Amino acid sequence: MPVFEYAPAPESRTVVDIAPSYGLFIDGEFGEAGDGKVFKTLSPSSEEALSEVAQAGAEDVDRAVKAARKAFTAWSALPGSERAKYLFRIARIIQERSRELAVLESLDNGKPIRESRDADLPLVAAHFFYYAGWADKLAYAGYGTDPKPLGVAGQIIPWNFPLLMLAWKIAPALATGNTVVLKPAETTPLSALFFADICRQAGLPKGVVNIITGDGSTGAELVAHPGIDKVAFTGSTEVGKAIARTVAGTKKKVTLELGGKAANIVFDDAPIDQAVEGIIGGIFFNQGHVCCAGSRLLVQESVQDELLDALKRRMGTLRVGDPMDKNTDIGAINSAEQLARIRALADAGEAEGAERWAPECELPSSGYWFAPTLFTGVTQAHRIAREEIFGPVLSVLTFRTPEEAVAKANNTPYGLSAGIWTEKGSRILWMANKLRAGVVWSNTFNKFDPASPFGGYKESGYGREGGRHGLEAYLDV
Amino acid sequence: MSERLSVLKTYKLFVGGKFPRSESGRVYEVTTAKGQWLANAPLASRKDARDAVVAARKAFGGWSGATAYNRGQILYRIAEMLEGRRDQFVHEVAEGEGLSKAKATAQVDAAIDRWVWYAGWSDKTAQIAGSANPVAGAYFNLSSPEPTGVVTLLAPQDSSFLGLVSVIAPAIVNGNTAVVVASEKSPLPALSLAEVLATSDLPGGVVNILSGRTAEIAAPLAAHQDVNAIDLAGADAELAVELEKASAENLKRVLRPQPVDWAADPGTGRLLAFLEIKTVWHPMGA
Repeated sequence: MPVFEYAPAPESRTVVDIAPSYGLFIDGEFGEAGDGKVFKTLSPSSEEALSEVAQAGAEDVDRAVKAARKAFTAWSALPGSERAKYLFRIARIIQERSRELAVLESLDNGKPIRESRDADLPLVAAHFFYYAGWADKLAYAGYGTDPKPLGVAGQIIPWNFPLLMLAWKIAPALATGNTVVLKPAETTPLSALFFADICRQAGLPKGVVNIITGDGSTGAELVAHPGIDKVAFTGSTEVGKAIARTVAGTKKKVTLELGGKAANIVFDDAPIDQAVEGIIGGIFFNQGHVCCAGSRLLVQESVQDELLDALKRRMGTLRVGDPMDKNTDIGAINSAEQLARIRALADAGEAEGAERWAPECELPSSGYWFAPTLFTGVTQAHRIAREEIFGPVLSVLTFRTPEEAVAKANNTPYGLSAGIWTEKGSRILWMANKLRAGVVWSNTFNKFDPASPFGGYKESGYGREGGRHGLEAYLDV
Repeated sequence: MSERLSVLKTYKLFVGGKFPRSESGRVYEVTTAKGQWLANAPLASRKDARDAVVAARKAFGGWSGATAYNRGQILYRIAEMLEGRRDQFVHEVAEGEGLSKAKATAQVDAAIDRWVWYAGWSDKTAQIAGSANPVAGAYFNLSSPEPTGVVTLLAPQDSSFLGLVSVIAPAIVNGNTAVVVASEKSPLPALSLAEVLATSDLPGGVVNILSGRTAEIAAPLAAHQDVNAIDLAGADAELAVELEKASAENLKRVLRPQPVDWAADPGTGRLLAFLEIKTVWHPMGA
């Protein structure tokens, strides 16, 4: 029992006004789906229905693509300096409305307000600000003196960072002169629909951004639509492969940001306290719903006991519960379906002989929750060491030599990210060189910035988002 | 007095730095453009393709780990070796493609020059494709290009030597290793190139060359889980779709076929197509 208990510090919901229903945002107007179908979006922390949104069908996808095509002519012909101003406007409006959007995001997604407020929203605004500046400087980006946009981009984003993934997709697309049809995830459609209102406030020409809500079938219609020139997808490797098959033989350019199974590698000379914080952030940030989460801890055998003791002690201080409470570290699991998947994989971990541990923590009675969990005695053959869990579950493996750490870290079909913890600079550079991953965090973890490229090797997908490299995905190069 | 009977060459595959016959024991007839017999080329099998991937994977660590300076010198060495055997290639290209000696010479000269051009790229790619990123925080943040791994190259069908060199050189210069499927109709320049590669300090397995039916050899390579990328230059439209679909299984990087003027400045397209960008973060502080 701690000496002092935390008093609840809830953020107010009154800053956000959620309508009972939302239509599709096509050609600057909200309207119902052609066949009138709708679905509900729930708050994962309470299972309360927040709103009803339209389920876009094939006909709606077609309308959206046509609207984007129509808008493309004028938008791509606009001087880059003018496109830049629209993006700067959007960045500013996001900053102005960031509290409203953070609350909305936490309600619809279940993530702690501390994260939506301090991580997601500042990054969302920063992405628009960063790419705004590229719009009139594309000739200097290294893709030729007069790089051209592709046309209409079909963009499909996941539920883990709804607004941030929207920013990653829309900002570079618009900066380079493309128009977009974006489909947010089925369980987290609201912030994208609020973004439509930001486009209105910014005076963005109609049809440049179109938002269509729906499930996987809507996404599949969008990917297959002959009127799009580019597919950008963030989500599971399984769906990524299906998309790669769908676009085979077409002229559509594709970027895929898929799953990961990152190794967070801790050497015996690592600063243990900092490493523990990095491991905690690496796997429990956003309930572990992070494709680059450090879900495999590789610890050098000689410091295993010391590190695990410190890690368990720190896990015991994590506060799980109401996402709207400013003291909450771990919020709700995004959906009942995702919770079932996490449970199934954690059970498989136990069944295959790994040892399961979780701190004592009381979980709310309604909503979807999973306590922060640690598995020790994990081998490379265990499912929890091979499959992406996408939840607050950490698998601990050990190693003796740097070579063994590299071999184990690379022993996965994924290649998105990795972490290295050691005080030895030469070892960091050697390891960073050997690891087959698109992002390597050394003595830090889960850092993001619009100026920094992000994306994976191998089955973690193709292409990079962010930075100068992120422009390539939307240019005809 | 009768004219001297020339000594014909037995053409073989090039796998892991060695010159095996096809495991299948099969050959096929290669003719001039007019249909006269030139040689029996090995008709590589699925097993040969898999062996080539194993050799390419084995060579990847050493080749990608070599310094850019070293790789550049080896590519330049290939140009040196080719220069000395220029006439042989002119002869093979002229016969295989039905070109005049002058035209074939132009092709071979351009191919040699292309090795020289790419040799100079090895230590420059990181500077044009990498970047130091000004992130908002006290971090050192650097992005650098790295080779993507084992690359399958379906050599162009219509340009048996210049086209071939134009797909191999950019793929390997930055550290990838390659399994090459030669032009089906005119494979001889590719098989002779292997002899040059074998004597150019290029480590065995960095380039592996197979001849035979493109569709037959390409199918297992596109489906192979240990191949990281595929260049479909030599695939016809129908085969390209099939191979791109198969490549989705492990998300191979795919370079779709497109019309290319092999004599034109190649640009950086093929050079950058088979690279990954790795970004490393480290905190800064005293």
